[in-house]
Order: sequence, then C-alpha cells, then structure tokens
Amino acid sequence: MSYLLLEDGTRFDGDPAGASGHVTGEVVFTTGMSGYQESVTDPSFRRQIIVFTYPHIGNYGVRRSAMESDAVHARGVVMRSAVNHADAPGAEGGWLDWLAGEGVPALTGVDTRAVVRYLRDKGSMRGGIFPASMPEAEAMEHVRAEAPMAGLDLAREVTPAEPILHGAGNDGPLIVAIDTGIKGSIVRNLVARGARVELHPCTASAAELAARGGDAYFLANGPGDPAALGYVVETLRELIGTKPTFGICLGHQLLSRAVGLETFKLPFGHRGANHPVKDLETGTVEITSQNHGFAVVGPGGQHRLETDEPVRWETDFGAAQLSHINLYDRTVEGLTLLDVPGGTVQYHPEAGPGPNDSLYLFDRFLEQIAHA
Amino acid sequence: MPRRDDIHKILVLGSGPIVIGQAAEFDYSGVQACKVLLEEGYEVVLVNSNPATIMTDPEFATATYVEPLLPGPVAQVIAKERPDALLPTLGGQTALNLARALYEDGTLERYGVQLIGADYEAIGRAEDRELFRRTMEEAGLRMPASGIAHAVDEALAFAEENGYPVIVRPAYTLGGQGGGVAHDADELRAVAARGLEASPIGQILIDQSVIGWGEFELEVMRDRNDNCVIICSIENVDPMGVHTGDSVTVAPQQTLPDRLYQKLRDQAFKVIRAVGVETGGSNVQFAVNPRTEEILVIEMNPRVSRSSALASKATGFPIAKIAARLAVGYALDEIDNDITRRTPAAFEPTIDYVVVKWPRFAFEKFQGVDAGLTTHMKSVGEAMAIGRTFGQAFLKAMRSRELDAAPKLDGTLEELLTRLEQPSADRYDVLLEALRRGAAIEELHARTGIDPWFLRELHAVATDPDAVFAGERSFKAVDTCAAEFEAETPYYYSGWERRRASEVDRGRNRSVVILGSGPNRIGQGIEFDYCCVHAAMTVRESGRDAVMVNCNPETVSTDYDTSDRLYFEPLTLEDVLGVVEVEQPEGVIVQFGGQTPLKLAAGLQAAGVPLLGTSVDAIDRAEDRGRFGALLAELGYQAPPYATAQSPQEALRVAPQVGFPLLVRPSYVLGGRAMEIVYSEEGLAAYFERVRPQGEIYLDRFLENAIEVDVDALCDGEQTWIGGIMQHVEEAGIHSGDSACALPPHSLGAEELEEIRRQVDGIARGLGVVGLINIQFAVAEGRVYVIEANPRASRTVPFVSKAIGVPLAKMACRIMLGERIADLGLPADPMGGGHVSVKEAVMPFNRFSGTDALLGPEMRSTGEVMGIAADFPTAFAKAQAAAGSALPSSGTVFLSVTDEDKAAAVGIALLLHDLGFTIVATRGTAQALRPYGVPVETLNKIGEGSPHVVDRIEAGDVDLVINTPTGSGARSDGWEIRRAAIAHGVPCITTLAGGLAAARAIRAARMSGEAEVRSLQEIHGMAVAETA
Repeated sequence: MSYLLLEDGTRFDGDPAGASGHVTGEVVFTTGMSGYQESVTDPSFRRQIIVFTYPHIGNYGVRRSAMESDAVHARGVVMRSAVNHADAPGAEGGWLDWLAGEGVPALTGVDTRAVVRYLRDKGSMRGGIFPASMPEAEAMEHVRAEAPMAGLDLAREVTPAEPILHGAGNDGPLIVAIDTGIKGSIVRNLVARGARVELHPCTASAAELAARGGDAYFLANGPGDPAALGYVVETLRELIGTKPTFGICLGHQLLSRAVGLETFKLPFGHRGANHPVKDLETGTVEITSQNHGFAVVGPGGQHRLETDEPVRWETDFGAAQLSHINLYDRTVEGLTLLDVPGGTVQYHPEAGPGPNDSLYLFDRFLEQIAHA
Repeated sequence: MPRRDDIHKILVLGSGPIVIGQAAEFDYSGVQACKVLLEEGYEVVLVNSNPATIMTDPEFATATYVEPLLPGPVAQVIAKERPDALLPTLGGQTALNLARALYEDGTLERYGVQLIGADYEAIGRAEDRELFRRTMEEAGLRMPASGIAHAVDEALAFAEENGYPVIVRPAYTLGGQGGGVAHDADELRAVAARGLEASPIGQILIDQSVIGWGEFELEVMRDRNDNCVIICSIENVDPMGVHTGDSVTVAPQQTLPDRLYQKLRDQAFKVIRAVGVETGGSNVQFAVNPRTEEILVIEMNPRVSRSSALASKATGFPIAKIAARLAVGYALDEIDNDITRRTPAAFEPTIDYVVVKWPRFAFEKFQGVDAGLTTHMKSVGEAMAIGRTFGQAFLKAMRSRELDAAPKLDGTLEELLTRLEQPSADRYDVLLEALRRGAAIEELHARTGIDPWFLRELHAVATDPDAVFAGERSFKAVDTCAAEFEAETPYYYSGWERRRASEVDRGRNRSVVILGSGPNRIGQGIEFDYCCVHAAMTVRESGRDAVMVNCNPETVSTDYDTSDRLYFEPLTLEDVLGVVEVEQPEGVIVQFGGQTPLKLAAGLQAAGVPLLGTSVDAIDRAEDRGRFGALLAELGYQAPPYATAQSPQEALRVAPQVGFPLLVRPSYVLGGRAMEIVYSEEGLAAYFERVRPQGEIYLDRFLENAIEVDVDALCDGEQTWIGGIMQHVEEAGIHSGDSACALPPHSLGAEELEEIRRQVDGIARGLGVVGLINIQFAVAEGRVYVIEANPRASRTVPFVSKAIGVPLAKMACRIMLGERIADLGLPADPMGGGHVSVKEAVMPFNRFSGTDALLGPEMRSTGEVMGIAADFPTAFAKAQAAAGSALPSSGTVFLSVTDEDKAAAVGIALLLHDLGFTIVATRGTAQALRPYGVPVETLNKIGEGSPHVVDRIEAGDVDLVINTPTGSGARSDGWEIRRAAIAHGVPCITTLAGGLAAARAIRAARMSGEAEVRSLQEIHGMAVAETA
C-alpha cells in the first residue's frame, strides 16, 4: 500500500504503481477521459501530481506519437484503476512500465473522486505520494519542503539551453518563440502550416530575439506562476508592437502581464478537455483543452465577466478586447490587442490531448502574419 | 437566438407500440420533449397509439390522440388541430417515416405545418442509403464498400465483385429489421430476399463486411449557431457484426487513444453537418480498425434513439430535452445544464465512472428460432449499470438482467470456445466460464474479436469477482462533470471504494422508495414503468421525497426528473438494501414494478424494511394455490379444478382428477413462461419432456370456449372500487397479455357483470389488498370462474387509466400512503363514458422467422396499442391498424379453420362475402361453407402441390388470413401459412373470435367511413394541460 498525503494532513490510500520512492508536488486533477500520456509529458504539469478523474488509465498503452515533449514532467500520477496493457493495438509500450522507467511514482486504486471533491472544495494544494512504510509525519515534512506554486518560476526548468529550429525545410514565416515549456502539438501545428518555428530559451533578451529577424513572436505554454516571470514580461514589453505576437496559456498570461494586466491563481485550475469557450466575435462555442492554474483579471478587476460582449481593457499598448470567454466560470479565455498586432488564448487550440475545435486559430494566426 | 415566437402549436409524434428495436426510450424522450415544450409556452398536440406510455398521459400535452401512427389518422389530427410545426425526431423510426409520408402526400404543405428538428431533405440524406453514401463522400468521409440492390440478382453481383461476407440492411426499417450477414451465395439469396421484403421501398444496402472491427457510437448535438458537441462516446464490447442493440456496450469508449478518438469526434461533426440536421441530437456509428486506425462511417440517425437515451442516462445530459429546446430556437449556450444548474448545456459531459449496458433477450419464448446474434436486432430490453470500474459496472449490469434460468456452461473448454465464435445471448457467461477455466486472452481474442483490454478486465472479473467489489459500498453521483462542480440534482450509483465515501444528501424529509421493474422483457414491460412513475409523482405530491431504484436506461422512471433521488442500481435484495440503508425510508413500494420487486418483498420484510400497501402475507395468500383456494372456498366462489404437483410424475398421476384439457405451468412465472394447454396424458408427458420444469407444477382445468375477463380494481382493505372490466376478444387459453380486450365488455350480460363485481370485492377484501389488484375470470355457460388474482399493478393499468380517465396507479399509491377510497373522489361509473376502448397486443413474429405465429397461453407480445371509438368494431379496427395489421376494406380472405370451428366460421364468411370479399379456403373449410351459400374458391394445401395457399399469399393475392390452428407443429400447413402472411405483411388472425371481430370492424368502417379522432382530453372532459 501507498498513500497520497495533502498538505493539510488529509490522506488517501492506494496501491503503488510506476516507479518506487516518494514524490511531492502540487496536487491537481484533470477531467479529460483520454490522453493520459499527452498530459504527463506536457511541460505545463511540471512539479505537479496529476489526479486523473477518469478511472481507467493505461488502456491503450504508450506510443511515441503521443509525446508532448521528450520527458515526463508530471511528478506523480494518481489513478482509480491503472493498467499496463503493453500489447494494446498500436502501443509501443505499457503505461505502468513506462512510468516506472521514467522514474514517476504513481498510485492506483485510489478513490479519485473523493480526492477531486476534496480539492474542489479546498483548492489545489501541495501533497505527495509515499510508500506505506513512511510515517505520515516524515511524509508531511517532505510536503512542507515543497515550494508552493504561487510565485514559482518553473519555466527555467523546462526551457531549452540553446535555440532549436523546427520546420527548417519550410518556406513559410519564421516564428520566434519564447519556449517556457512548449507542447509538441503547438510546434507540429505551426510547422504543418508551413511555418519555421525557432524555440528560444526563456532567458533570451529582447535584442537577441529581435536579431533573429522573425516574422512573428510566439509565447508558449508552460508551468508555474506567470507573476514569477518578470524577466520574460520585460523582454516582451520591448517586442510588442514590432511584430505580430501570439500566446497560448502561460504565453497568454505573460503577454497580458506585459501589456499591464494582472493575473490571479484559480482555486483549483482548469484541467480537462470539455470546457466550453465562446468566441465573442462569431458567437460560436468551442469545446477546449485546458490546463492552467492561473488566469487573467478582466476589465475593472473582475475575475468573472458576466457579459457576452467583447469588453475592453485599456493597456500600456492601447486597447485590448476580450475575444474568448469560459462559459463554465466566465473567466478570460482570450484577448486581442487592437492597436498593436497580437492576440492570445488561455486554452489549448493545439489539442493533444483534447478536441480539435480550435485549430482554426493557427490558421488565423498565420493569416495575420501574412497580412502584417 | 431565443425561443421562436412564430410557432404556437407543435405536433409531436410518438413511436407507437413497444417492438424490438423501438422501445420505452421513445417514451422517455417524448415525455422530456413534451414537458419542455409546454414549459416554453407552446401548445402540444401528441399522437401515439401506445397507452402504456407516460407521454400519453393527458397532463403531458394540450391534446393527446391515442390513434394509429398512420398518415390517415395523423392527417385527420392535423386537419382538426392545425399545428404550426411537426417535431418528428422524438418518436424513433416510426415518427420519422410518418413525417416523410405526410410531407410527400402534401399534408404538411396543405395545412402549413413546418418540420422542425430535422427537415425533409436532412431526413432523406440520413435515411436513404444511396443519398447518405453520396453525402458522406462529398464530405470526404469513408464508408465500407457498398452497393444498393432492388433485386436478389443485384445483391449477388455485388458480392461476386467485392467478396463475402457481406452485410445486408433493408432501407427505412427500425433496428435493422430484416437484415443479416451472408457468407455465401445461398445465404445471400435468403437474406437479400428477406431484406427486400422488409424494406417499405423494396431497397437493400449491401456492405463490405467489417466484422471484427471495433464499433463505436458518438452522440452528437448541434444548434442553430452550428455549435456541435459530443454528449457521449459508446464502445461496443462486441465488435462489428452484432447489432448495437444486442451488443454489450460501454461508455465512455475505452480503447481508442486520444488522437484517434478526436478524429472520430471531428468526423461525427462532419456527418451531422453534411446531413444537415440543423438542431438536435444524432447518433453516428463508426467502424474502427484499431491496428490500421482506419475509420469508416456506418450510419447515422438524425433523431434521438435508443443510444441517445442510454447516453443521457450514462452522462446526466438530457439529450431529448435539450433537443426540444434547440428545435424551438435556443442555442446550446442559452440553456442551463440541469444537473449542475450553474453551467450551460454547451459543453461535453465528462464522466468519472464506467457505464455498461446489457441487452436482455427472450429466446426462450420463441422455440425454433435462430438464437445467434447478427446485425438484425433481437433483444427485447436492456439493463444499464454504473460502477467505479468496468468490472463493477459489468457485473452489476450482468446481475440486472434477472435471467429466468442460468445459461448452460457445461462441455469442454474447446466446446465453449467454439460456442464463442458465434455471438449469442449467453456469450459473456460462456466467456467468463472459459476464462475461469484458463483460456488465454489471445485465444479468446482470436475467437471473438473482442479487444484485449476488455478480455483482460473480464479475466479479473471471472477469476476474482470478490476483488472487483473489494472495500465498501459508496454511493457516488452522476454529475456530468467528474465532480469539477457541485451538482444540484445528481443521481447516484454504488461503487466500491477502500473506504466508504457516499455523497448522498438525503435531507431531512420523509422518503418513500419505489422499486422499478428492471429491464424490459416479454411479460414485464413499459406498463410497470408507467405505474412506478405514477407512484413517484404521487409520493412527491404527498410532500415526501420519492426515491426511485431501477436499472433500465430506456425508461421515464430513470429520468432524474421523475423522482427526488434516483439510484441507478440492480434490483436485487442486496442492492436494494444498500439504498434502504442510506435512505432510511418511511416505506418501500413493491407493488408497481411487476414481479421484479415483488420477488424481493419477503426478503425486505425479513430485513425489517417497512413495505407500503398490501402485505407480504396477502401477496403470498394470492400466489399460494392452496391458500388462495381456501379463500375462494370460504367465499363460495368457483375456480376451475386444479392441482399442484411436486414433480412431473405426481402431475401425471393427479392430472385425470383435474380433467383434460388442462393448463400446465411451473410455479411463479411471468408472462406465462412455459405455460401450455394439453389435451391428454400423452400431451402432458410430452410437455414435461420438452420443458423439464423444476419445482412445483400447476395444473388447471382449461375451460374451453370460455370468455376471459380481466379486472383492475383498487382496495383500501375495507372498500373496493373497480376501475375497469375488460373482456378478451380471444377466448380463454390465449395469454391475457397477447389477447385483444375491450372496455367496457362487449358481450357480457348484466348478471355476469354483477357477479364479477361481487367476487372482485370479496377477493380484494378477503386478501386484505391495500392498493391495486388484478383478477382474471373465465365466464363459461353463464358461470363465473376465478382464474387468478394478482395483488399488484397489472399490465392493463395504463390502458384502463386512459380508457376511464382516472389514473389508477396514482390512486393506488394514495391508498398505500394512507388515504381511503372514500377520500379519492372516484367516479361511481368509470366505464360509462359512452366510448369503447380496445387494447391489442403487438407480436414480434416478424423478428423471429423460425417461430410459429400462434397465440397461446405463453405470452409473447412485446407491446400494445389502444383504439378508442364510439363502438366496439371501430375501436377494434383502429387497434388493428395501430398494431400494424390494418384490416383490408376489400379483396380476398383466406379461411382455414379446425373442424370444431367450421360451423362458427360460416357466420364470418357470410359477413365478409356480403361486404364484397372474395373467399378462398382449403378443401375442408370450403366444403363447410358452400352449403350456406358462400361462394368459395378451393385452394390446395401445400402437400397437394402448387399453386397452393402459400403461393397465393406470396403472390400478394390474399389480403386477410383467418387460420385457426390444428396444432402448432413446426412446418405444418398452418405454420407455413402464418409464416408467409407475416413475411408479406398480411393481417393474420388465429382465433375465431378475432376473426369475427375483424369482420365486424370491416363492416363498421364500410358503413361509417373514416373514424373520428378525439383527444383524451375531449373524451374525458378534462381541462387541458397548462402552458407556462
């Protein structure tokens, strides 16, 4: 037996799976029903322990094509009923073997719904996966030693050391990206549309980035607290207005902060593949893939926007207009800069995992680059 | 976009009687839609011929017409009511086909009625196979190689080119009726011929076989703004080749990686957009090759379906309700999610449990049929279970089936493995047994094509079932969002967790638990669900919380709206006690769900659970032959001589004392299972040889040529009130569930009726009934005999309620909650409305081609219809038409009757002759008719060579068959005649009484022309339903 211990002392028992040993991190839950391998390899899950709400995980094994990065970023995994299933059609390995090989401790047989209900009421918190042999007091020391997510710069942990070019053979625009932990699906979608995508360390200066002579800037998704990435925000302030600039997820938060807007921590975040987001320009609703723990504050300081109107902020770079809103909790899901070329979305149009409803945003993005 | 104000009155079409492939799910969908439309302030006009539905309760529509779902009667309703719009997507294939017919014959245009939900072109693109294929190709989607055939030769040519096996489906039929798989030319000739016959337009589709591929279904919704969402994905555990209605299915899908699943999702949206379903729900089926990741579109239904009902119950997203709102103009983001009440309906439910659906079969009722599962649906009902894991859900669903007999699992492992190659009703029982005996996953995969993930989970289920239920029972909620948000009106299922973590908040109000009737099966169908729903309404009206326990996903009772709290649980003692433990109810009601809850009554009482209504002792007194016989003796009432035997040997010994003919059956049966009339000791011995009954055996003297009478009554223990006395059209010996009946009785005398009333009162009070009682009598030579008494809701309660305009089940529930009959304001003469109601049974013989289409003491009907008119013949004609065997107004009648029936057949023949019918008959019958001046053409029996009677039927020269049986031997002449009639859609009447009623009905139709249509609200002088 092993157990999940939360920072307030709440304990949930399970059976050990994956790698042995203990692990700590922020305990978050995701409600997607498929795409477990994509999730754990998404750099945005850095330093987090993922509780999957869907009970059966591992059903179709693992495969290279489902990797969102070259490593597992989640610290640990908590499941109701995990299977290895290495011989599933198309699988290249078993889920539990793979977790073990990647050094990721996991729990199975946990009443995950009870965990989720607890986190929903109390908010995300730190916690850890521990073997039964470890006393709770000792485990709690490990949990307390884990830094809280608020204020944490995790981009440096996942950013590349050197620039990397994808789509070198393409003849489309050159997109200069600040890689705070970009998902493979974002790169794939841009490259598939003819772009060359150059990923830069998040510590790159504005001058270094400008010197690349790109056609647009892209701000990636990634882990941690956007408020801790002041240096990226400063870099951005020098770039905004010079070229079309787009951001996804953390990138959306960073661009928002760069134009002078605020971000805040959501009680338990948005993680899943079923959140409805309304495009305020067309009035249509997209079902979106989501993975974020922070959000942008709306005009007038509101966290919830009780309107379906494309309301505006005044920013340091002119007006910004609300382009997308979350229909679940009415938080900001996207904005367009009106006076300088740029726009962002909080959710994941690249899917991986999740629905493909918003892939059009990549087309829109490339059209804007073409017309800039 | 808000509600449409340019329409005011909406016509909703139901789906008619319960048949295989079209069952209670359309009552559930229809009720939801009607409720929503009334709530939105529209007037609702409903047409449905099925009286056992909640939707035909007068409170669910402004005007309710219990009329045949045929273009003629519906056009009359349209002419009378003048609706602005017709919503055809809630009544299954029946409503869709009817809407097309009304469009094509100009009725809709003539009266300015617009189709909403799906327009004519969209229906055509989805339903017409050729058009659908073209539409899919244009949308860039692939389908299996396919051909269209209008003749058997064309089908053979296709298979020559594309290879065998091929799948044949007739166009425009429900549940793939008349389809099948052909592995070679001989099989194809038979299957193609049957399919062409079954298709109303004589067209079949022949597909490249994708047998063995994975089968997936997606439930899609689309609104006017082109927003599309998937409500639920469903994976068939049985791979392609078994009709999805006959497959064990699981939600959500389990085996597809995310990227492949998203491709399916994208394609489902392409399908609904290409077909052009502007608003509402559709079901899209795919075949997926998991190795190559090829995806093929199989079909789509542009309407709510059995799968959408399942998806609604599986996720908490009420598809039909939302579809109705979308049809009147709303967009998905303008509608609230009912369950959370804090998020919009524009989302995709995410679930954190596993749902398993099991089909329920009834092959034991149909001797001689091919019990193999194919693309032709054969199941009669389904059970759904929810668990925290697949194993939990699978085993819960398995025990929800309530099989009458355990499947046979003997034989060697190799024999079991061979059995698995042909999908069958007991496939998973065999599979689990094979796993227990050590069969390898790879071996089983090779034999069945079932995905290894399922096989591995089933291995755990088979070898260590206790581990599946390790830990403690915890009631978890179905909340559409995997607990991401708090839910306001969730429903519950039991899961097993390490530690108890139940989420039920039962509040402080008193509650009453109502036990439902489980999966539909022959003998226990929607009628009982109807009663349970009425009980829930009544409990709520009394100020108590109504708590429903049931496992049938098709029904209104498992709509979360019906009760205060719904527990989606198997109806076993253990599961029910689990609910009782958390609910601590004031009482449990076992009277409304048929035999299923009644069987639990004694166990519940023993566990100290308070039961409401008639006591367990009274139930036993009615069911125990000795005790019941003693009561009758005490009251001085007569019953046919009977005996109870402990073994076949004893039965054979006592049979002569009872006297032949006699009715023989095992004890405690439902729907007359294994019940037969035998005429001699040899016959009885043969019966035992065939049936091999276990336990007690009942023998009753069978009263020949008696009139059978059914009575539904209320009793509060001291006073009895008779709701309805029904006279069966067929003579005694035909199961009451299969017999047509009339209310009020059409030929009983006042004295006989008075005697029946007296005896009902005596028995009800004598037993101490509190609630409902159904008593069957036989009247022979002026004497009244008691056949049996059932102190519970009967199959006829909804019919009687609609015939008399008094909701019997509600009244019974009020009595059970403590009111007296005197308090209920019941009319003194409920049957005196001046109209006649006829109930007719609907038989599934066209589904089971190897079985004999004879009525007998064993019930085999799946559903019922009702005809209401000013006189008996007209009501009978309406009921026949509604049941799908509309009587001809002219043409040729074929008569062939037994020697005993020959004299009586003369009257019928004369009547039909006078009406201008040509009479044809076999030699003996013809000889009996000629002396009375009936011109008759003699036809050969089959043995006498062609052209014989079957040739004539197959040539389409016969419009009505009246054939009373000389025996039910397979391949007898009678059997061939009935088979041919059913295959060619010729009304086939197998009793003389039925024949006479038919002749009178034809005469009445001739004399009065088109029968009048009147709504239930008009008939009963009711106030119309309030629009909000």
